[in-house]
Amino acid sequence: MNKYEVALWVFMLAAFLGFELIRRVSPLLHTPLMSLTNAISAIAVVGAILVTGADDASFLTRALGFIAVVASTVNVVSGYLITDRMLKMFKKRAPEEKR
Amino acid sequence: MEILLPVLYILAAAGFILAIKWMSSPATARRGVIVGELGMLLAVVGTLLRFEVVHYEWIFVAFLIGSAIGVPIAYYMPMTAVPQRTAVSHACGALASALIGTAEYFRQTPHGFVMVALALEMVLGFLTCTASLMAFGKLQEILPTRPITFTGQNYLNLGVLGLAVATGGLMIASPETVWPFPVFALLSLLFGVLLIIPIGGADMPTVIALLNSYAGLSASAMGFALDNKLLIVAGALDGSSGFILAVIMCKAMNRSFSNVLFGAFGTLQTSAVKTTDRPVRSASAEEAAEILDVARTITIIPGYGMAVAQAQHKLREMHDLLTKRGIDVKFAIHPVAGRMPGHMNVLLAEADVPYDKLIEMDDINPEFPRCDVALVVGANDVVNPAAKNDPSSAIAGMPILHAFEARTVMVVKRGMSPGFAGIENDLYYMDKTLMLFGDAKTVVGNIVKELTAVGAGR
Repeated sequence: MNKYEVALWVFMLAAFLGFELIRRVSPLLHTPLMSLTNAISAIAVVGAILVTGADDASFLTRALGFIAVVASTVNVVSGYLITDRMLKMFKKRAPEEKR
Repeated sequence: MEILLPVLYILAAAGFILAIKWMSSPATARRGVIVGELGMLLAVVGTLLRFEVVHYEWIFVAFLIGSAIGVPIAYYMPMTAVPQRTAVSHACGALASALIGTAEYFRQTPHGFVMVALALEMVLGFLTCTASLMAFGKLQEILPTRPITFTGQNYLNLGVLGLAVATGGLMIASPETVWPFPVFALLSLLFGVLLIIPIGGADMPTVIALLNSYAGLSASAMGFALDNKLLIVAGALDGSSGFILAVIMCKAMNRSFSNVLFGAFGTLQTSAVKTTDRPVRSASAEEAAEILDVARTITIIPGYGMAVAQAQHKLREMHDLLTKRGIDVKFAIHPVAGRMPGHMNVLLAEADVPYDKLIEMDDINPEFPRCDVALVVGANDVVNPAAKNDPSSAIAGMPILHAFEARTVMVVKRGMSPGFAGIENDLYYMDKTLMLFGDAKTVVGNIVKELTAVGAGR
């Protein structure tokens, strides 16, 4: 099995896992879910770091990688923080009765 | 070290999977965010430690700049701007992915499978970037929110996409040829713009979800190009999440994907609006307060109008007052109310409405016949009985909240203008319907004042 075949298997299984997990998410939390998956897809930062930090990087590829690291860091940081800020607001009872 | 790094990536992927799994309930969701953060930390550390990465200065400068932008956004952004923020972050994510694809293309001039993956990554990245910026413009109302259509639009869009795919094919066939790349990038960027031009405000929930999916798939394609399983897994999770949300939104409007993307809903029907002069009954805040005060069960139906008027805090005050008097007050949430999936829930949660009072459509609909008052605040098409009764209507078959079955219906609305779909709403003309004209925040505020007065008079 060559490495592309493995990659396709991984993709297929991850996509089905995603379907099964997301189907169980309550519609109540669809907005925070979207901001969480957004933060997760900022995993592109991995690719951006590899491009920016590479030894053989030219000025062009390093500049492109640099912008990509900035853009995905914005998503990582704001994505997780906003998701948490939203989730903090979801309370079961009125605030004074809570705990 | 060689053994440790793959372990870090695998733990990171497990963290992301758990993060999404724990989002299934508000009780565990915050734990999910923490494992998601841990996963990301492991992924970044695992990447920085790799032997290919030798220059750190630019990376850390970029981290600092990114955090300096991201942290203020996260803390100071008002919750009402959540749809716009989401659009911007889709644009950022897609931009990152497109630029990395570009850099990889120039660095290694790859062939075969890798080039196919890179071309996919770039086309999805570029088009999602401009499409998300356009969506941001529409949500922020910098651009007109009404769909813009012209003849031959769908042919033009498909033509642009076809040309982009063709130049992409050329790049795959001979990666050494330089000229197709700029053409390919420009066509993809242009297609993103064209894709959003005919989309109207009420279709935004579907489109935002779809763009979420594209951004994820682009990251996944990058994983194929870089042979990185973590990217493939995280991208596939994001891709399937956006896709499912888009399907849920489509179902909640009884429409298909192609209809949302190419249908340009809302323009074709406007000519068909019957301008009838049927009488409506309007009422004052005082009358409304009296009716609410003697009700036993009240269902509030919020829509985009509530978000625009920022009426959620006043509604929560009303909810508190009425609940204290022993009245059963609930909120009925239609899946496509607002501008993104779950929009109403976030706004009401921000106003401190307990989340067990926010009821989904399928659970609340059987309760409407027993409901004394249905109070519609800034919603229109999602309570239009034509969707059920009139097979010729543009929204026929769309699942609606059965507000018309309540004993009394009250509608808070600025004027008699038809809703997004451009159809008249028979709900407003029913004998048991009272119209409360005015800005939602002002009207609800007045009702709260009257309710306090009624309570004090006892």
